[in-house]
Amino acid sequence: MQEVFTFALLFSSIRLATPLIFAALGGLFSERSGVINIALEGMMLAGAFTAAVVTFEYQSAFLGFLSALMAGAFVGVVYALCVIRFEANQVVTGFAINLLMLGLPQFLSGAIYDSTGSTPQIPKEHLLPQFFNNVSIASILAFALIPICWYVFYKTPFGLRLRAVGENPEAADAAGVDVTRLRYTAVIISGILAAAGGAYLSIGQSSLFTRGMTAGRGFIALAALILAKWRPVPVLFACLFFGFTEALSFQIQGIIKLPSGEDIPVQFIQIIPYVLTIIVLAGFIGLSRPPKALGIPYRKE
Amino acid sequence: MLKLGEKVLREIYLILIAVLASFLVGGIVVFLVGEDPFNVYWILLSNALGSTKDICYTLFYATPLIFTGLSVALAFRCGLFNIGAEGQLYVAAFATAWVGITFGGVFVEVAGRKENWSWLDLPSFLLIPLCILTAMVAGGFWGAIAGFLRARFGASEVINTIMLNFIGIALAGYVTQYHYRIPGDPILQTAPISQKAHIPQLNEYFSFIPKDVPLNFSFLIAILMCALVYIFLWRTKWGYELRCVGENPSAAEYGGISPKKQIVIAMTISGALAGMVAIGEVLGDRHRYFHDFSGEVGFLGIAVALLGRNHPLGVLLASIFFAILIRGEIFVDAFTRYISKDIGLVLQAIVILFVACMEKYSKR
Repeated sequence: MQEVFTFALLFSSIRLATPLIFAALGGLFSERSGVINIALEGMMLAGAFTAAVVTFEYQSAFLGFLSALMAGAFVGVVYALCVIRFEANQVVTGFAINLLMLGLPQFLSGAIYDSTGSTPQIPKEHLLPQFFNNVSIASILAFALIPICWYVFYKTPFGLRLRAVGENPEAADAAGVDVTRLRYTAVIISGILAAAGGAYLSIGQSSLFTRGMTAGRGFIALAALILAKWRPVPVLFACLFFGFTEALSFQIQGIIKLPSGEDIPVQFIQIIPYVLTIIVLAGFIGLSRPPKALGIPYRKE
Repeated sequence: MLKLGEKVLREIYLILIAVLASFLVGGIVVFLVGEDPFNVYWILLSNALGSTKDICYTLFYATPLIFTGLSVALAFRCGLFNIGAEGQLYVAAFATAWVGITFGGVFVEVAGRKENWSWLDLPSFLLIPLCILTAMVAGGFWGAIAGFLRARFGASEVINTIMLNFIGIALAGYVTQYHYRIPGDPILQTAPISQKAHIPQLNEYFSFIPKDVPLNFSFLIAILMCALVYIFLWRTKWGYELRCVGENPSAAEYGGISPKKQIVIAMTISGALAGMVAIGEVLGDRHRYFHDFSGEVGFLGIAVALLGRNHPLGVLLASIFFAILIRGEIFVDAFTRYISKDIGLVLQAIVILFVACMEKYSKR
């Protein structure tokens, strides 16, 4: 057992939790304002692809990261236009964005590099800087964002309005809050944060973009958000826990065996976040209730 | 109030606009990449519809989409979002392959000697119906879980079906990897199912269908299901009750219909429809469970239902439309310098975005 639960596992958990924290915080902004965000996965992919291309072309991780944020904001604007301006179904639109981002990066990469498999490898010195135990600067940023988001949500007028709009947009409107504008802002922030998580994947944890490289992390982030009952500080713990399960699934391979001598199937560890989400949603471990106005377009009377 | 005919015309009109608009946007993207959009679309359409062989291939690709489209549409008629077709069809495909091996008298060669992997050796006329039933039951069960959780605990079926997708795919991968893969096979797939479980290819019956087209009996089942879903929804009491819950749950309850019961029923049928993808895939085409076989058809079912206005006839037409893109993209990839087959995925996504944004205008 000692070989498994080491400091290496802890740092590995932190690394794997990083993209989840960004994306889950992104989801937090959008969903607390009343807009479902299933498009997190697509927003992450947009960020990951943009970061990989810009970092490779300009040899600057900083520029790459910044353009990823811009790409995320852009996807956020598209998503917001569809679901707020045109009142398109949020679940359908979210999935369309995910589908688009599964195809578009490949499409562009095929056109730019004549290779749809992946973007070119970025030399190690141009990736996001790392500190001891390979903890990236992005991980530090992700952890710093937790208290910042907590402050924004609970100590600023913007946060108060955001929560109000997600619970009762009519009342917020009557109190003089511009519901539409606030939701646009929230969804765009959501895109930026999710894209930051994606950028970490391609220019922090890895050194290129591959097809669908988020591998469902947008949905795990959504799961973390539900487990955290749509609150910023618990989001950190939910993401760390999911990062830990992922790290564990890498770590135990070939080390811990079942009494029968077989490996523990990784699949059983991989499904923990999903099973847990179902249990929490059913109300077996405290009730997790979404914001009241989640998914309902707001039409001014 | 618009008359029914006018309403239908208006919907068709809006969908055509959405499709044209997305081809326009796609064309601009193609132009920016440095290719001639007209040429690209010509390659796409002529290779998807240009000959009997092409059309048969397109119908082959349309088959799973018809099932998943009907699945999503039926759930939607009850006011539910089944995002779980992908997981349901994976679970069903594995279960079907399992029955096709276990009850088909299958021997597998392991380390030079034949090993019996089956319990029974059923004849075709029992094995095929059993496999089809398994596909429906397994998919239906996976759908019913989300329905039950929604009915009993009020838990969002959207989130639960997403989670069940990951769980179902992981579990199917696990049993394949650890128990039903032929030892030494580098590909994550089960052993082949019994020959007796194979359903007929359509070219055995229709001489105009070229020999090498994998269009099989499941296509006819898909058409039949379109008709059955229509009859169920609009010609039976059960379908009426299901639609009542979709339109107004509290009014339905006041009228003596239990929304909870309808929700479980709808998710079960929806899952069973998604599970029927396994008929074409496992019994008709690949003859085994192959992990990662789906290529997003479960998710495209959402698009098909949306474009087909949750009506079986619409689902049929929309499936063919998406199948044209799936078939044509392969040739665009081969015959152009800069355009990869991902153009199909991009076009599909843009169509969904446009249709979703236009729904607002069709309701008026």
